[in-house]
Amino acid sequence: MEAAQQRAILFDLTRCSGCGKCVEACMQKQGFEGDPSKVKDMSATAYCSLNTVSNPEDSDDEYTYRDLCRHCVEPSCVSVCPVGALDKTELGPVVYDADKCMGCRYCMTACPFNVPRYEWDSPVPTVRKCDMCFDLQSKGEDTACATACSYGATICGTREELLEEARSRIEEDPDDYYPHIYGEHEVGGTSVLFLSPFPVEELGFDPKLGTDPMPVYTWRVLEKIPGVAITAGATMCALWWLTNRRNAVRDHEAREKIQAKAAKAAKKNGSNHEENGHG
Amino acid sequence: MASAVARPLSFWRGIFYLLLGTGLVLTVIRFTQGLGAVTNLSDRYPWGLWIGFDLLCGVGLAAGGFVITAAVYIFHIERLRPIARPALLTAFLGYLLVMVALMFDLGRPWNIWHPMVMWNPTSVMFEVAWCVMLYSTVLALEFSGMVFEKFRWKRAAKVQKILTIPLVILGVMLSTLHQSSLGTMYLIVPGKLHALWYSPMLPILFFVSAVSVGLAMVIVESKLSSRAFGRGLEMPILTEVGRVLVGALGLYGFMRIFDLFNRGMLGEAFTFSYESSMFLVEFGLGVILPMVILASSRRRASEKWLYAGSLFAVMGFVVNRMNVSMTGFEGAQGGHYIPSWAEVMITLMLVAVGFAAFSWIVNNFPVYPEEAKEPEVATREPAGVPEAETTAPWERVLIER
Repeated sequence: MEAAQQRAILFDLTRCSGCGKCVEACMQKQGFEGDPSKVKDMSATAYCSLNTVSNPEDSDDEYTYRDLCRHCVEPSCVSVCPVGALDKTELGPVVYDADKCMGCRYCMTACPFNVPRYEWDSPVPTVRKCDMCFDLQSKGEDTACATACSYGATICGTREELLEEARSRIEEDPDDYYPHIYGEHEVGGTSVLFLSPFPVEELGFDPKLGTDPMPVYTWRVLEKIPGVAITAGATMCALWWLTNRRNAVRDHEAREKIQAKAAKAAKKNGSNHEENGHG
Repeated sequence: MASAVARPLSFWRGIFYLLLGTGLVLTVIRFTQGLGAVTNLSDRYPWGLWIGFDLLCGVGLAAGGFVITAAVYIFHIERLRPIARPALLTAFLGYLLVMVALMFDLGRPWNIWHPMVMWNPTSVMFEVAWCVMLYSTVLALEFSGMVFEKFRWKRAAKVQKILTIPLVILGVMLSTLHQSSLGTMYLIVPGKLHALWYSPMLPILFFVSAVSVGLAMVIVESKLSSRAFGRGLEMPILTEVGRVLVGALGLYGFMRIFDLFNRGMLGEAFTFSYESSMFLVEFGLGVILPMVILASSRRRASEKWLYAGSLFAVMGFVVNRMNVSMTGFEGAQGGHYIPSWAEVMITLMLVAVGFAAFSWIVNNFPVYPEEAKEPEVATREPAGVPEAETTAPWERVLIER
């Protein structure tokens, strides 16, 4: 399925009241215990969190934003997993299969948004992160967080629909928005999009990241591997043959020299012997 | 002789059992309570000492195996032959220990075989897993020669000898790939790894530094075993390895500086920030200092200086890998990661097991050439007809033709 048709989430900072219903609904859906109002960071038992960010021009002007898996169009985690335990589904959500996972945690290191969490205290640990309610969305329902939101701050739809919605929101109230849809192009595009009244680095969209999908950085090198392997192998074979030949020639010449010397000596001895015989 | 060395070794034996005992207790805790019970790993720092030291340094320090075997079997530098087997043994044990360390670090180690059947070719880790698996097999086959020799399994030894050259070539290919791939692994984190370490050249830098540290380790390992087993040192050979080491370090140092300059980061190296200081330690201690020490041929010929220079190169390498895997992340990730004492103890236990295994194998298998007391004999270039003992039959055919 084209990225445009995949399921996505739009989060609008200007509409969020910070009520926390989305976090509560998420935890309920996942069956997590704990107080949703105290979730300040994602964890193995909270797939999304609410944090505050203030207007860089007016520190009293505070907004709430959600942190959750961005379900990248070309996800780092999926590309780095050595066993394919993470999968970018046709539907859009990035899902995890614990039965495949060997627990190397490369996904956690590679994620540019620091999303995956780990069950550090379990002897049989799993990676934990938002799966964009894959089960609900497969049935055509919205995510738990989108359903819970009564302000239109978190909405669910196809990536194309949501980009359109975001653009029209910016167009209708240009004064309320910073004219940028976070996640439209960053790291090759994400499936969780953000609208904000001012530029925000807290969303994790580090300008350093650029618009190339992250897997490109490693693939550029990985695709050279067959060539490198063949070149290394061929060079080694050639060098083995060359040095071997060089040594053989050297040994052969040395032997010839010795033989020539021996022959000369033998001849000399022989003639001496003959002379002696005559004497 | 064994009884003569037993006494001085008893101190180290005590340390060994202490590390083993503590390590085993921690092992039980690790596998019953989870990684969090013994490590300082966290969601911000999912990789710690066991990846930074046990994996990255373990694989790098074992590079001497492929470097020396290539020199002897591919480049036919016969005078290095006496150190080929010890280098091979170091590499073999190194890789075995890396795999054991991974069993500790992986959250679900019972799934370690999954990359064999669940492929994901876009993953650098997938490639590293395959290379390490295959190369360990190659090392085991290369090492098997010593086992066959010991038990006088003539036919097996003959087959092994015939396979030597293909195995060495395969070993060089696999090592080139995964030594550099350990650097490629970090190319996916341009936003997290500090610019003093993040570079598109990481794969090449990792490979070249592995080759130089492989050479340095051959010298360090020779020195340590000469002490432990009361053997003579093959100084003329090691001096020559030291000379090549200077060249390799020079190449690495040049590439490292050129890369920083190229990316406009050379100034960053001298800001004396936390990262800059760690870089200066890594580069000054591990590249400049050993080069200065080993640049003089007089010092290269001295046992003490040669050992010191190589030791600094090894330490600098270790600091570099720790910087790439830990220091370099602290700016972006916030806070610090400092390994827990339990992580350190388990690492030390593995190192101790490595030392013990090395010494047991040396005592039971023909690792070192017999006439170690007379190194001159061993280093002499075999003149005229090559020794039948050390040449594969198909090599002899070529030479005698």
